[in-house]
Amino acid sequence: MNIKILGTGCSKCITLEKKVRDLVTQHNIEAEVQKVSELQNIMKYGIMMTPGLVINERVVSYGSVPKDNQILQWIKEAM
Amino acid sequence: MLGFIANNATNLIRKKVIVPIILFPIWVILYLNIELVVNSLVFDIFRLNKTSQLTEAIRFFIYEVPKVLLLLTLIVFVVGIIRSYFSPEKTRKALEGKPLFLGNIMASSLGIVTPFCSCSAIPLFLGFLESGIPLGVTFSFLIAAPMINEVALVLLFGLFGWKTALLYVSTGLLISIFSGWLIGKLKLEKWIEEWVYEVKAGKLLIEEEKFTLNYRIEAGYTAVKEIVSKVWIYIVIGIAVGAGIHGYVPADFMASFMGKDIWYAVPLAVLLGVPMYSNAAGIIPIVQVLLEKGASLGTSLAFMMAVIGLSLPETIILKKVLKYPLIFTFVGIVAIGIMIVGFLFNLIF
Repeated sequence: MNIKILGTGCSKCITLEKKVRDLVTQHNIEAEVQKVSELQNIMKYGIMMTPGLVINERVVSYGSVPKDNQILQWIKEAM
Repeated sequence: MLGFIANNATNLIRKKVIVPIILFPIWVILYLNIELVVNSLVFDIFRLNKTSQLTEAIRFFIYEVPKVLLLLTLIVFVVGIIRSYFSPEKTRKALEGKPLFLGNIMASSLGIVTPFCSCSAIPLFLGFLESGIPLGVTFSFLIAAPMINEVALVLLFGLFGWKTALLYVSTGLLISIFSGWLIGKLKLEKWIEEWVYEVKAGKLLIEEEKFTLNYRIEAGYTAVKEIVSKVWIYIVIGIAVGAGIHGYVPADFMASFMGKDIWYAVPLAVLLGVPMYSNAAGIIPIVQVLLEKGASLGTSLAFMMAVIGLSLPETIILKKVLKYPLIFTFVGIVAIGIMIVGFLFNLIF
């Protein structure tokens, strides 16, 4: 599984990245977590608000930091 | 500010409609009784000297802090709900294909209600240009979104009344409409970084679902949590500074250098305000004190708009996509717009 956090470095982006990394470790999820901070690459996903959360190349949320159980649900769906 | 979440988010949210319905009457009772409670606290319980300046400063502080925080919570909650009806995508769609002037009016108005944060300014800028929205219209949005801000609105309403709040919104709209329109007329597209036009923005795959009322109320709570937890400290500090000056500085202290008759006061206030960076929460209680001590409304409003509407960090972010001549033109036009508003107000009031 591949999880990407899209963001140029705003505070919410940092919060989300940390949250996702923590969740992945806590729940022993086999996933590669990547931070994407180049604008050109962020724009490929078509979002206009950061941070974006991308699971297996599908944008699941943007512009907000979703709740833990919501993120876990998306991860489960993608597995 | 709440973003957008793919399906299944809503079933996690329980019935939340009932809580605000219960809380609202409590809010009203609290709000209407602050002055009474504060006065009896200061004069009857602590028996402070009614004529002393210290008493006045303390009374000012313990009255203004809860009043402004209550107002802020309510408005941020309501704005949070309103914003859940808007999104950058919907705004972009609404602006596509609109002619220049109408586009500027719509972009400025939508700038008030569309969820926006300056850290998302670039993706939004790119997203707008990509779908063919003219540069001038995009700028109207980018000027209005930070300048007309719900925290500023609450503070102006709470501290000066509805007329000043209305003036702030309408002049903010005028500045963003005309600045954007002028930028559009000047044909400055050549000063956008080349790579911007090579970006191929992808299509967003999220289907925006029909949000339930519960979801929107949740959005209101999230906004309150995010904004109030961030700005309350600035409000408390701002009002504390205000209380100190309120009690101790003579009433016409500012008149000599920020008064109506000083012609250079407005440009000076704007020049000082542009590089300063503060959120509305920190600057408005200070503006209140300036006004109280004899600074004119036009000069104070110009200072406030320059501080919150134009900021150095935002222009640095914009440098990634704009070349210097365009940045300077943008800052210059907006600054001149703010000055005109300042002069106008000094002339009228």
